[in-house]
Amino acid sequence: MGDINNELDERILVSMQGITKTFPGVLANDNIDLDIHPYEIHALLGENGAGKSTLMKILYGFYGADSGEIYYQGKPYQIRSPHDARGIQIGMVFQDLNLIPALSVAENIALFLPNLPAVLNHQQINEQIEDVSKRYSLHVNPNAKVANLSIGEQQKVEILKLLLSDAKLLILDEPTRVLAPHELEGLFIVLNKLREDGYAIILITHKMNEVFSCADRITVLRKGRVVNTVLRSEVNENDLIEMMFAKRITSVETPEKQAVDRSGTPVLELSSVSTTGEGDAIKLDDINLQIFPGEILGVAGVSGNGQKELSDLVLGIIGSSGKKLINGENVTNRSIPVVRKKGVVYIPENPLMMAAIPFMTVLENFALTNTASYIRFGGLAMDWGQIHKDALAAQEKLGFDVPLYTIAKALSGGNLQRSVIAREMSRQPELIVASYLTRGLDVQSANAARKALIRARESGAGVLFISEDLDELFKYCDRMVVLYQGRIVGVFTPEETDIYEIGHLMTGSEVLYAAEE
Amino acid sequence: MSLLAILGVLSSAIFSGTSLLYTTLGETLHQRAGIVNLGLEGIMLISAATGYRVAVETGNPYIGILVAMIVGGLTNMIIGFLVVTRKANQLASGLATMFFGFGLSALIGRDYVGVRITPLPRIPFPGTANLPLLFASLFRFDFLIYLVIPVAVLIWWLLFRTRWGLGLRAVGENADTAFASGRNPFWIKYQALGIGGMLAGLGAAHLSIAYTMNWSQFMTGGRGFIAVALVIFSKWHPLRAIGGALLFSGAVAFQLMLQSSGVRVSPFLLDTIPYLITLLVLIIWGGTRKHAAPASLGRVYQGGQQ
Repeated sequence: MGDINNELDERILVSMQGITKTFPGVLANDNIDLDIHPYEIHALLGENGAGKSTLMKILYGFYGADSGEIYYQGKPYQIRSPHDARGIQIGMVFQDLNLIPALSVAENIALFLPNLPAVLNHQQINEQIEDVSKRYSLHVNPNAKVANLSIGEQQKVEILKLLLSDAKLLILDEPTRVLAPHELEGLFIVLNKLREDGYAIILITHKMNEVFSCADRITVLRKGRVVNTVLRSEVNENDLIEMMFAKRITSVETPEKQAVDRSGTPVLELSSVSTTGEGDAIKLDDINLQIFPGEILGVAGVSGNGQKELSDLVLGIIGSSGKKLINGENVTNRSIPVVRKKGVVYIPENPLMMAAIPFMTVLENFALTNTASYIRFGGLAMDWGQIHKDALAAQEKLGFDVPLYTIAKALSGGNLQRSVIAREMSRQPELIVASYLTRGLDVQSANAARKALIRARESGAGVLFISEDLDELFKYCDRMVVLYQGRIVGVFTPEETDIYEIGHLMTGSEVLYAAEE
Repeated sequence: MSLLAILGVLSSAIFSGTSLLYTTLGETLHQRAGIVNLGLEGIMLISAATGYRVAVETGNPYIGILVAMIVGGLTNMIIGFLVVTRKANQLASGLATMFFGFGLSALIGRDYVGVRITPLPRIPFPGTANLPLLFASLFRFDFLIYLVIPVAVLIWWLLFRTRWGLGLRAVGENADTAFASGRNPFWIKYQALGIGGMLAGLGAAHLSIAYTMNWSQFMTGGRGFIAVALVIFSKWHPLRAIGGALLFSGAVAFQLMLQSSGVRVSPFLLDTIPYLITLLVLIIWGGTRKHAAPASLGRVYQGGQQ
């Protein structure tokens, strides 16, 4: 029998002891202890950059720790690679989804299947996928290429992948970031069911409501250290916020809405716009909407119902039939530069893929969409001093603090989103297309981003605000439309509707009902 | 143009296309694992020279072919050490290996230019044995020619129907994901280079031992580079590579036939026909998204554990 001092209580599934990890210039994890029990959902709570993801990547063997030990069922266990971690049935879904776009759903899942036979049997793999996807209502087409899936669907594939990989300890890095409200509930049901089956689940999050709706224990991290590990029943929301931020932040006061003047020319007008829906894209069908100066128009809907296509359409990434007017000028099927010159800015749903060049610095990315105004000597040089000044000013205005000389790929999801928001808002926009603006941002940054929108509205900009967070939509929008399968199925002001009505429309139940009548 | 001439072009295309196809299949494996191997030309030359020398010395062409394969795989390990272990730039590593191969192959083959070897037996293509002798002689192929299409199918099957192939493609698309799935991207890249190098060695052996039965300096004549182009041309697909190799070597043979039949066109212009066809096809097919290059092709994998 081994050295008694070296062994821990074997009822603890996994124990991390004294984990320290530094990256150049950053102490990401500072002497962290963490115990995970079977039959528990353990929330890892903390601000962006608190070290949650790093800690979990160490547990999964993706990073090596500088020091510290990991124990599995009481015995020391060396995790040198994900291969080792998978050996003790640890599985992880990364925050920046790690699916391979060029492969099919089935191939992506097969990559992580344990005991995958040397010769692939696609039919058997598909059956396995269907089995689990039915049990947990996570429906995807196994033969679809991942490149053609929306982010919400990709998240489903990631979770399926994990469930099929035979993991017993599931690490989910902000899994709800991209899910719609009803998918969220579905996920929590799945998680509870898994816990009953003896799974242990680590949920990385910075959303308070998630912690309270499913976690058993909560470990709060701040600046690479454990602040405390507590039982959910022992704490309330304010306690946790205090632990996370070391100060109480007042929740944003509901902004005062001013009456929107709808007599003038709308900033954006779409009339009878339809798209062909090439490939796996959603077909937009007879879209009519107007956004007036100083108005936030919310787009509610479950992700994958045409939101991406709608923002692509406004920006000119995809063409359409019908009419698109910006400030009264017809720009149907005109190019992106023409549209952007009219004062349209864009904050897309996946900034690393669509709004930033991964291997360029934040500063270079900042200059990228506005190079014309920084050129010197007829394009032979760029005024980097001015760019630096402008980038700093743009960040300061929003209260952001993103390092300017880091490459975009190295930023955390939240910081990346901040850098894109700062860049886009610095252009005195007249129309802002914002897709999932606050996805992946912690409470403070989300509030700052929303404030930026409100400030833009006050200065007369129109906003197309695509979101799945109904609270957010109700709070900030002057009007809302509901998108379902590429069609607008409802137009409301927040005062004349409620979450239930919108929820029904989003999930299509109301639509079916209306069709039957 | 006589029937004989046309069949002659076809026969010659099959003979010269075989080495090209083996090499293209090898490069397909490299690139599917994320490595652009520009050293192929040099690797082929070293394999061809060594294989030829061994075939002469032993008097056995089969041993020569085997040695050429092994040498091809081993030479590729230089590339592997540079681009995988040392994380060096792939283009520079490939080019350096190529020039190294120029010199080394000349040294190995120096005393063997024009030396005769035992040829590989030629087996008549089924159903052509009863044709007039002049025709029948066009369709007597060595076993490496009969083997090349089954090998292409085998590579396709390995890539798309096996666990190993799935892992290899995953490495070429996103090595981090492959690492997260419990695989070792470094080791998989070495495997791709080893097998790919053996295929290139086989192609080179066919060229020197079976087809031309000769060794001369720079005898590959750019085949290593054409193979890289053919991989793109065939959109990283082993089965499409069959058509690509045949089309390309067919163009070369056609051009040679035109020259020998006294067509009054500059031979220099005729020389460009195969490459003109390559350019045209690239223009037409372009980089359509459906069959784009492996996502992390040419990129250095830094490794997950840091």
